Amino acid sequence: MHETSILQPSTLAIHGNRAWETESNSILFPIHQTATYIHETVGVTKGYGYSRGSNPTVNALEQAIAALEGTREALCFRSGMAAISTLSMALLRAGDHVILSDVIYGGTSRLFQQILGNFGIEYTFADTSNLDEVKQSVRQKTRLIFVETPANPTMKLTDITALARLAHGKEGVLLAVDNTFLTPLLQEGLALGADISMLSTTKYIDGHNATIGGSLATHDAGLIERLKLVRKTMGTIQAPFEAWLTLQGLKTAPARLQLHCAHARQIAEWLESHPRVARVYYPGLASFPQKELAERQQKDSGGMLAFELNAGTEESLRFIDALRICTCAESLGSVETLITNPATASHCDLPVELRERLGISDKLIRLSVGLEAPVDLIADFEQAFDSIFGGAL
Amino acid sequence: MKFASRLVNFDPSPLDRFRPMSTPIYQTATFEQEFADSFGEYDYSRSGNPTRKVLEDQIAALENGTRGFCFSSGMAAIATVTRLLQAGDEILADWDLYGGANRLFSKVLGRSGITVRYVDASDPGNIVDQITPATRLIYVESPTNPLLRIIDLKAIAAVAHKLGVLFCVDNSTMSPYLQNPLDLGADIVLHSATKFLCGHSDVTGGALVVNDLKLAEEIYFLQNAEGSALGPFDCFLLLRGLKTLKLRMDAQQRNAETVAQFLSAHPKVQSVYYPGLADHRGFAIQQTQARGGGAVLSFTVGSHEAAKRIAEGSKLFRISVSFGSINSTISIPLRMSHASVPVELRASRSVPEDLLRLSIGIEDLEDQIGDLGHQLDAI
Repeated sequence: MHETSILQPSTLAIHGNRAWETESNSILFPIHQTATYIHETVGVTKGYGYSRGSNPTVNALEQAIAALEGTREALCFRSGMAAISTLSMALLRAGDHVILSDVIYGGTSRLFQQILGNFGIEYTFADTSNLDEVKQSVRQKTRLIFVETPANPTMKLTDITALARLAHGKEGVLLAVDNTFLTPLLQEGLALGADISMLSTTKYIDGHNATIGGSLATHDAGLIERLKLVRKTMGTIQAPFEAWLTLQGLKTAPARLQLHCAHARQIAEWLESHPRVARVYYPGLASFPQKELAERQQKDSGGMLAFELNAGTEESLRFIDALRICTCAESLGSVETLITNPATASHCDLPVELRERLGISDKLIRLSVGLEAPVDLIADFEQAFDSIFGGAL
Repeated sequence: MKFASRLVNFDPSPLDRFRPMSTPIYQTATFEQEFADSFGEYDYSRSGNPTRKVLEDQIAALENGTRGFCFSSGMAAIATVTRLLQAGDEILADWDLYGGANRLFSKVLGRSGITVRYVDASDPGNIVDQITPATRLIYVESPTNPLLRIIDLKAIAAVAHKLGVLFCVDNSTMSPYLQNPLDLGADIVLHSATKFLCGHSDVTGGALVVNDLKLAEEIYFLQNAEGSALGPFDCFLLLRGLKTLKLRMDAQQRNAETVAQFLSAHPKVQSVYYPGLADHRGFAIQQTQARGGGAVLSFTVGSHEAAKRIAEGSKLFRISVSFGSINSTISIPLRMSHASVPVELRASRSVPEDLLRLSIGIEDLEDQIGDLGHQLDAI
């Protein structure tokens, strides 16, 4: 096997999965669509006993993700939510406390509020962009700080390195970063100091809307062992076929992300200059309030942005409906441009007052900029503006 | 309609305009919304997927339930059932459970404030004696794995219902063809779909079926929120495997009955555990609640060394965990599927170290018996 640490990310994305080790010389890793494995002798396997514990194809994906995350091991899960759920079960016991970013994917807040709370896990939502607020939220039994940066959907940033320093100043507190919006290709969560990097691989890693999946990576070998035990016990491992599709998608992730960033920047600048648009949230804009942090922490600004129109909620929703190329659908990070209204989709479980306070207004529009030609996307926006507001301003 | 017809006679593609006979694989993460603020039937495959829906409806129908749910593994299905509880609640479980369930109950749930107590549920009186106000779930397998004990499901359901406790039955060793726990009064029937439902060792999956719609909503909420649903491709493989469930099970059970008789008569075999044998302790109950003894059986041969030699010498029975596949497999549960049983539980759990578990496949019966006879003669 090559020494992966000296290879560039775009090479790792293609070669980080040991495909050259297969005996058939197949250029692609095989799909081990099997539940179980033949033992050599009783209790002695060739490393794989049952696919709920581990599977060669899933492991190939894990090797590739670990290489991108800059660590030795990563684990893949049936979904991003299964990754977070398994992490919680592995780390936390009744009475333990978690600090979560206040702006966070609605599925993550739902997991803590509606499920883990029943099992004695306590949690606080804090503005993790504000270190003092996090510091004040830390309790004796705080075990985990879980942040999203950029946060879904307002793009608020959290300083991973500063927060890691804070977390590591307290005994037994770990920092986990949901790095789904940028991936380790654009933001090296572990190198910046996080203990755990989490990804919904459904998004930019797969990139084609073909699979549902999640991953966790960490330098902590003990935590990996604990996670493997809990994953095997809760049965939350990724399936072989989904892993194989994700592995294929991953190969073009570096190239795709470059284009996603370039297109998003162009669209963000165009939207910001458009008289029908009130504000645009995108870390690559000069107007972005945390621009300095974005430049320090991120290699680029990503393909996600949010914006509000100079209009009411009803017109904003009609604007989304009028688009022809941009597809209204949940999820993000795929080759197709996807547009959503977070208040009715990804963040519908949040109480209204809280949503408003966090900047997730009823009329906020989230855009996952795809790989279509930007000129076609801009024309699509123009025709939608025309159909809702007419030509005149 | 008879079971064999129900296995193949269902709508394979209710939403597809081409009306294919085989269910399309909707290998997609997300679905386009018609309007910005409302969703169609499907919006995100973690929440719902058309391929999965066909499978879930079919498994629900076969178990005579109203709603079915498919998960990434049998353990994910069990974990979801335990999420119906909350801190302070207690599980009352039969002591002879798949080792992975033991591990979940003892090593993972304990941290969440859930306690578990193990009883011998083959005597329903023990359930009555051991139930407490904190008991929220009674959890059993029948036949049990690996000792093939029989639990009187109707009797336990009666106790559970009187006290308002959820009753969950793992039906993996029987499949819906041989036993329907919901009809016997269970609230939740659970499957490792990896086993007989799939039948080909190519899918890791799990299923839950219920009748109560409120319970169904709670399970649906958890399946979506924790992201544990089965992927579309695996659903497709399961739908395909499921169509031959009766053919496979008929062949496997027929072979298993003869293998069990052969082993019972063999001088080197000490005990045979198979609920299809007339002298099995639970035979009478099994006859009332199921349609046969199934295709999993176990037997003892006097010493762990002898068991190991049989397993390793066998040409046809592959050493492997899991069961229910068309291939015959052999295992030593204490060292394999039940190695995860917590040490403190092993003393009270009498899984003998010379116990061999067989899952009988569809190979020719003569070859199966020939192989076993040859290995037994060699020890």
